[in-house]
Amino acid sequence: MTVISSGKAILTLPADTQILITREFAAPKHLVFKAFTTPELIKRWWHAKRGDATIAFVDLRVGGRWRWVMIADAGFEVAFHGEYREIVPNERLVYTEVFEGVPGGDDDPAVITLTLEERDGRTLLTQLTEVSSRAVRDMIMESGMEGGMQDAYDLLEEVAISLG
Amino acid sequence: MARAATTADAFNAVAEPRRRQILDVLVGGERPVNDLVARLGIAQPQVSKHLRVLREVGLVEVRDEGRQRLYRLNGSPLKPIHDWVKNYEQAWNERFDALDELLEELKREEEGDDGDQ
Repeated sequence: MTVISSGKAILTLPADTQILITREFAAPKHLVFKAFTTPELIKRWWHAKRGDATIAFVDLRVGGRWRWVMIADAGFEVAFHGEYREIVPNERLVYTEVFEGVPGGDDDPAVITLTLEERDGRTLLTQLTEVSSRAVRDMIMESGMEGGMQDAYDLLEEVAISLG
Repeated sequence: MARAATTADAFNAVAEPRRRQILDVLVGGERPVNDLVARLGIAQPQVSKHLRVLREVGLVEVRDEGRQRLYRLNGSPLKPIHDWVKNYEQAWNERFDALDELLEELKREEEGDDGDQ
């Protein structure tokens, strides 16, 4: 079977403390929502084929917890958890996210706003990650580096264009 | 020591707004320092100081032509910044590609439920 990829995720950094990812899916929004909130379905995509998702706990109610764990092929464990803050079925989820293993992560969680908009049977997913500081954002993107990343990125685009 | 560390890589070198302005100007091509002074509207010692930092991290190269020193951009030290953003994007792309496959299955299941079961 051939799966037609619906597109590419587009990442932008709208502000120093935000990471925005958008992606279109060739499926109605209720199915995308289901894939994000149903444990046995989460386990089938979230590992990104880089390992096995071993735990996908979801308590889908405001104040309810979630915890997803995967064992990467390289052997290490990757775990996230958080709490649901807002739930609009099939349309919108707001939840906190903590990457386990980072000291003090629970005191300073990222807040994710996931929105789904459907048009002609296709769904536009928008995933906005908001953090308390640029430093935390940089850490999320697996880098301890600091500095004007958005500006650097804008500049890079310019340079790339100028280099043709 | 700490001071040296803050300018030791391209990330920090471009974190300073004036230095980004200099790079913006150099995107347009090689320039003598006087040109940069005129365009940025700040004193030459400041411009020279920033150029020194940019040269230290390899973002700017210099050559002498007659009595002039010409500065030009070298974009390659920016590549780690680009890679850093791209890696994160790539991780989500792989996840979403796996999600595409799952959604195809879910769609077929739904169609099956509605129709010819």
